[in-house]
Amino acid sequence: MVSAPVLTRERALEVLGTVPDPEVPVISVVELGIVRDVEVRPGGAVTVTITPTYSGCPAMFEIEKDVRSALVEAGATAVEVRTVLSPAWTTDWIGPEAREKLRAYGIAPPGRAESGGLVTLTRARPPVPCPFCGSSDTRLQSEFGSTACKAIHVCNDCRQPFDEFKAH
Amino acid sequence: MTAKSVGGARVERADEDDDGRDGEAGGVGAGFAKAGDFAVAGPRRAPFGDPLVEFLLRLGDDRLILGHRLSEWCGHGPILEEDIATSNMALDLIGQAAQLLRLAGEVEGKGRDEDALAYFRDAVHFRNCLMVEQPKGDFGYTTMRQFLFDAYSVLLWEALVGASHEGLAAIAAKALKEAKYHLRHSSEWVVRLGDGTEESHARIQRSLDELWRFTGELFERDAVVEGAARAGVAVDLEALRSRWDAIVRDVIDRATLTIPADVVMQSGGRRGRHTEHLGHLLATMQIVARSHPGAKW
Repeated sequence: MVSAPVLTRERALEVLGTVPDPEVPVISVVELGIVRDVEVRPGGAVTVTITPTYSGCPAMFEIEKDVRSALVEAGATAVEVRTVLSPAWTTDWIGPEAREKLRAYGIAPPGRAESGGLVTLTRARPPVPCPFCGSSDTRLQSEFGSTACKAIHVCNDCRQPFDEFKAH
Repeated sequence: MTAKSVGGARVERADEDDDGRDGEAGGVGAGFAKAGDFAVAGPRRAPFGDPLVEFLLRLGDDRLILGHRLSEWCGHGPILEEDIATSNMALDLIGQAAQLLRLAGEVEGKGRDEDALAYFRDAVHFRNCLMVEQPKGDFGYTTMRQFLFDAYSVLLWEALVGASHEGLAAIAAKALKEAKYHLRHSSEWVVRLGDGTEESHARIQRSLDELWRFTGELFERDAVVEGAARAGVAVDLEALRSRWDAIVRDVIDRATLTIPADVVMQSGGRRGRHTEHLGHLLATMQIVARSHPGAKW
């Protein structure tokens, strides 16, 4: 009989690093920055703390399910997924490597999230570089895209429409 | 309690008897009770409960109802981009509403969750402002309402981020980011339509004229606002009003529109006195949950 390897916190994090974001499958839920904490108790019970990207993000249920089954497969005896709202998720938590993955996938990575200040009304925003040809000659097509976290732009040079991961 | 006779049946009405027990008398499975034994009408006005619960219901109901109105555009947007935009904003607002109503239910402590509060309350128990329940109108009307509400919402969340009530402060920090994005979108559209063609200008000016009467209600102070402040959720509505005025006037000017003068303000939503439109909206929104209670998919 082969006993399953003991699940450590490092191993649990590693496993979560293989759970893709259901809407942007090129990055994992860890790279997305929504996994806030992982706790593994001696018996193998795991508590994962996640935070939603947007208040009404419909992918959260899917993510919870995926997290649960990945950890059970890795030997967790019980999995609890806790959702916290604070601190609020920001795209600034997406690291450089994940940003490069997004770009290579055809999604312009987010710029720096705005902080402070009241609101920027009708301000001219700098153009988002095209993830396909790198041109800065692009225009915003729609503030809202296929998922809550994306906007749609069009490149004037290569004529390619593309998604932008909105700075949030 | 007053008893009236309608079509021969004795109908009990609890007009002024604000005991909040609507629908409690009788009930399904009450044996062989005759129709006349049932109170068929709930109190016209529901009483104020705990100020913090009331305050959370106001926040949650505003977003639930406006989110529903926005969702009515799904598949009907004037252009594809705005069809997607209204649905996205609806999703944000309904997500915020779910969090707020869940919190309201927890504070209330009677075992009601967000679904119970959204689907099993009648119009008199809703605390949303009158503005959000008005029919969606044309795209200009929807845009102007969104703008007036977004400006209010951004300032409100900004104030509530600092609330000493931790649960609400966490919701506020999250909702603030979403509201800012909505405001940028709606203010750009107000300018585009106002400073657009003769037709778009005339339509959105008409919308502003029609909606202005509902703006006073947003800033009304009452016992609930004061009670909530004592419970750690303080909002200075007067300060909020002057900052709201500044944002609104700035955008309205750029849009070459005019704020109507001498408008008589309408209110009542915060006390459960709604326009007839809310009942119709709730009928659509609640029918599935009420026809199939507890159904899952």
